[in-house]
Amino acid sequence: MNSGPEKTTVGLFVTCLVDLMRPSVGFAAVKLMEDAGCVVEVPAAQTCCGQPAFNSGDRGNARVIAMQVIAAFEAYDHVVAPSGSCAGMLKLHYPELLADDPGWSARAEAFAAKVHELTSFLVDVLGVQAVSADYGETVTYHDSCSGLRELGVRDQPRLLLDSVEGLSLTEMENADVCCGFGGLFCVKYSDISNAIVAKKTDKIAATGATTLLAGDLGCLMNMAGKLSREGRTVAVRHVAEVLAGMADETPIGGERKAKG
Amino acid sequence: MGVEITSPNFKANAREALDDNSLQKALGLTVEKGFIKKRRLAADALPEFEALRDAARDIKNHTLDHLDLYIEAFEKKVVENGGHVHFAEDAAAARQIALDICRKAGARTVTKGKSMITEEVGLNDFLQENGIVPIETDLGEYIIQLRGEHPSHIIAPAIHVNKAQVEAEFRRVHTALPPDRDLREPESLLAEARGILRDRFLAADVGVTGANFCVAETGTTIIVTNEGNGDLTQTLPRVHVVFASIEKIVPTLEDASQILRVLARSATGQDMSVYTTFSTGPKRPEDPDGPEEFHVILLDNGRSALLGTPFQEMLRCIRCGACMNHCPVYQAIGGHAYGWVYPGPIGSVLTPAVIGIEQSMHLPSASTFCGRCEGVCPMRIPLPKLMRLWRDKAHDEKVVPTAQRFGLGLWVLLARRPKLYHLAMSVGMPLLAAFAGSRGRFRSLPFAGGWTRHRDLPAPQGRTFQQQWRARRFGR
Amino acid sequence: MNGRDAVLGKIRQALGAGADKAARQAAVDQRLATAPRGVIPARGQLPDADRIAFFIEMAEKYNASVARAATADQVPAAIAEFLRAHNLPPNLRRGDDPRLAALPFDKTPNIEITTGASDGSDPVGLSHALAGVAESGTLVLTSGGDNPTTLNFLPDTHIVLVSASDIHGDYETAWDQIRGQFGKGALPRSVNWVTGPSRSADIEQTLLLGAHGPRRLHIIVVG
Repeated sequence: MNSGPEKTTVGLFVTCLVDLMRPSVGFAAVKLMEDAGCVVEVPAAQTCCGQPAFNSGDRGNARVIAMQVIAAFEAYDHVVAPSGSCAGMLKLHYPELLADDPGWSARAEAFAAKVHELTSFLVDVLGVQAVSADYGETVTYHDSCSGLRELGVRDQPRLLLDSVEGLSLTEMENADVCCGFGGLFCVKYSDISNAIVAKKTDKIAATGATTLLAGDLGCLMNMAGKLSREGRTVAVRHVAEVLAGMADETPIGGERKAKG
Repeated sequence: MGVEITSPNFKANAREALDDNSLQKALGLTVEKGFIKKRRLAADALPEFEALRDAARDIKNHTLDHLDLYIEAFEKKVVENGGHVHFAEDAAAARQIALDICRKAGARTVTKGKSMITEEVGLNDFLQENGIVPIETDLGEYIIQLRGEHPSHIIAPAIHVNKAQVEAEFRRVHTALPPDRDLREPESLLAEARGILRDRFLAADVGVTGANFCVAETGTTIIVTNEGNGDLTQTLPRVHVVFASIEKIVPTLEDASQILRVLARSATGQDMSVYTTFSTGPKRPEDPDGPEEFHVILLDNGRSALLGTPFQEMLRCIRCGACMNHCPVYQAIGGHAYGWVYPGPIGSVLTPAVIGIEQSMHLPSASTFCGRCEGVCPMRIPLPKLMRLWRDKAHDEKVVPTAQRFGLGLWVLLARRPKLYHLAMSVGMPLLAAFAGSRGRFRSLPFAGGWTRHRDLPAPQGRTFQQQWRARRFGR
Repeated sequence: MNGRDAVLGKIRQALGAGADKAARQAAVDQRLATAPRGVIPARGQLPDADRIAFFIEMAEKYNASVARAATADQVPAAIAEFLRAHNLPPNLRRGDDPRLAALPFDKTPNIEITTGASDGSDPVGLSHALAGVAESGTLVLTSGGDNPTTLNFLPDTHIVLVSASDIHGDYETAWDQIRGQFGKGALPRSVNWVTGPSRSADIEQTLLLGAHGPRRLHIIVVG
């Protein structure tokens, strides 16, 4: 399958977690989209999508952040985030937040129409069917909630993973069940979150997979943190890193090798 | 008066539930392996299931928009059929109406079918205080009544109780039976309860049931059960009292049939529950059985205030329990931790509406917004959205704890100023990465106890993406 | 203010109901008058023989046992056989339904039959259903002297006859039949949909039959 139209410009909404915690995911996203023929840019005027405010009932600040993001990204053909959760925020909740604002509602709708989660953008918009990468491990894939239920991301990452040389996917039981992250939930209701993620790591371990993949860094950090606390040796990575052939990076929460 | 509220202690309740091994085992077995699978099989087996969900939603939306008129139509029909409709603004009024009916009937014992509304108004305690003995007849409700508890699930009230606990309770209470009887098997427990309750059914003066629906077209109340206890409750005593909240109204028998098609499938995975009973008025002159009096108590208790607001959608709820079955939080802690009558996502939306957000702020807050509840709700209630609306209210009314407001405020301050944000992070992240060293993760970190109590915190890689991106771009 | 006015007043106020009263009332009256059908599952919309077969399949799925009798004359023998096979006492209680009264029990003399409502002491109840619904294997029973409601719930075993010609694909057709019999907007005191014998899973989710109602439901499709 050929790549999308030439000179499609993409504004990468890198997400705060990728920006701060795991930049390699951002570079993997850029590579995947550039390989598919896109011109990728990263507006400097981005911070966070505003979910912490929105989900804490602080609509006022969530609205201001939404306007800031829309203004920074609306000139691009597409806006792509390596996260179902943040993409869902931009795509579904920005229009909801700004629905009553006559100056912004139409802008928010137009902006939302251009927003995509990374793997869904590659497959559904660009028509990518395969990537050129190899990863000789058995992986299991966790469906993050927002991507799955708000944006319908399920088959796209699996389709692309299927094309990775040497990779075999073993599905875990309840792959579509929440990992217990939930943003601030995991620190506010730490004990409950722990009970949920402990069930998840059991399911992950039961697959015998050596690598856990998902499309949202929040969920990945939560599961990686629990796996490592439990002394399990499963490597945890964002799916984009494997698809981009950039899996030489130390896994999330993994011990660092000395690097030059 | 009414059910004790422990919602403010949600966190402590949850911790207790997490440590309760018997509860944890029951939740895993019943909810995660039972209800969820059964619902999926039933939904998958009916190609029209999704279309029925749409139809059910539309019927309720139409009804709620015309609720005053449908209630009047319902009332007219009940009266035409020789029954009575009583309106109760709040729990106290509903209890009093029920007590007056019981007193007038000279009632000493009252049998009860399963009814969450009577839980909501605290009917049992009230009757008891007034010298009338209420007897729960749903097996699960009977068990928890003996134990002095409240339901922990709206369709499986005793989900938290194991077989040995049931046996212990029966031995404690059924003292007239031989102490050496064998109660090891669930069959023998059921047979014992059946025998004891059969006598109660036949002796009761008044039978109280809930209503799954009230049909305006015919003045009919509908109950849905699997045991048949609701039918014995309403057929054998001289007086039948139906407790229904105002949103239970549906226009026609056809409308009820549409919604019934999604109710049992969503609840237990049955195509239809065993007994769906349509009751219309008291016994007719030619009837050989049935109650001589038929009363419907229509309860508001805060619901009318939801009409015309975004929370109106909540009033579509048909109490199937699918949202709690599919909720990772409910699956972790069960129903009692929520601290009032309705647990799970539906409780997290309904409870603040009735007892106030000040007391119940934890409920809508304790959600990961995973959206599974909305995905399975037969009435397509946007539960996460409504929970978020309660968070908005809690934020606006400043019932959010100071530390949380401060932390969030600091984050927002930065998030709204990209230059400052990038500057701060480009200094902070490399430092944090260096602090973690080669381990690549933190086992504990100041101000991150909520995270590191149960899991490690993966360390940042080092320089931020923005830093590296700008550097590369300038380099090109 | 009384409770009625208070509750209805609050509802009207919340809904902003006022000036458009006539239009709202018209919408309500129309729905009540026309009772529009919604989505009808295709699974029950079958030719006669297939529909009856599907009814039986669904009833058996929910633990009812089902027998067929080509004519009413064969019913007593079918009942006798069922009672024998399950080692049940040959004492039946039934209502005044003429279709039950006309059954030729003279050929099965050991079966003792009493009539009227049950007081809980009858081992076996015999009823005639108004209809069956194939989509879920559901019986539709109506109260009255013909078929007292207590017979549906008190006896340990419930035997229900249903005419093959009354087995419909969906609930809506059963409502049509009831309206044809009782009139629009009117119902007998009790309409009972019964889908299998009584059950409970309240003790550790172990499915047990015969919680409060009948342990056994035996359906005889007549015709």
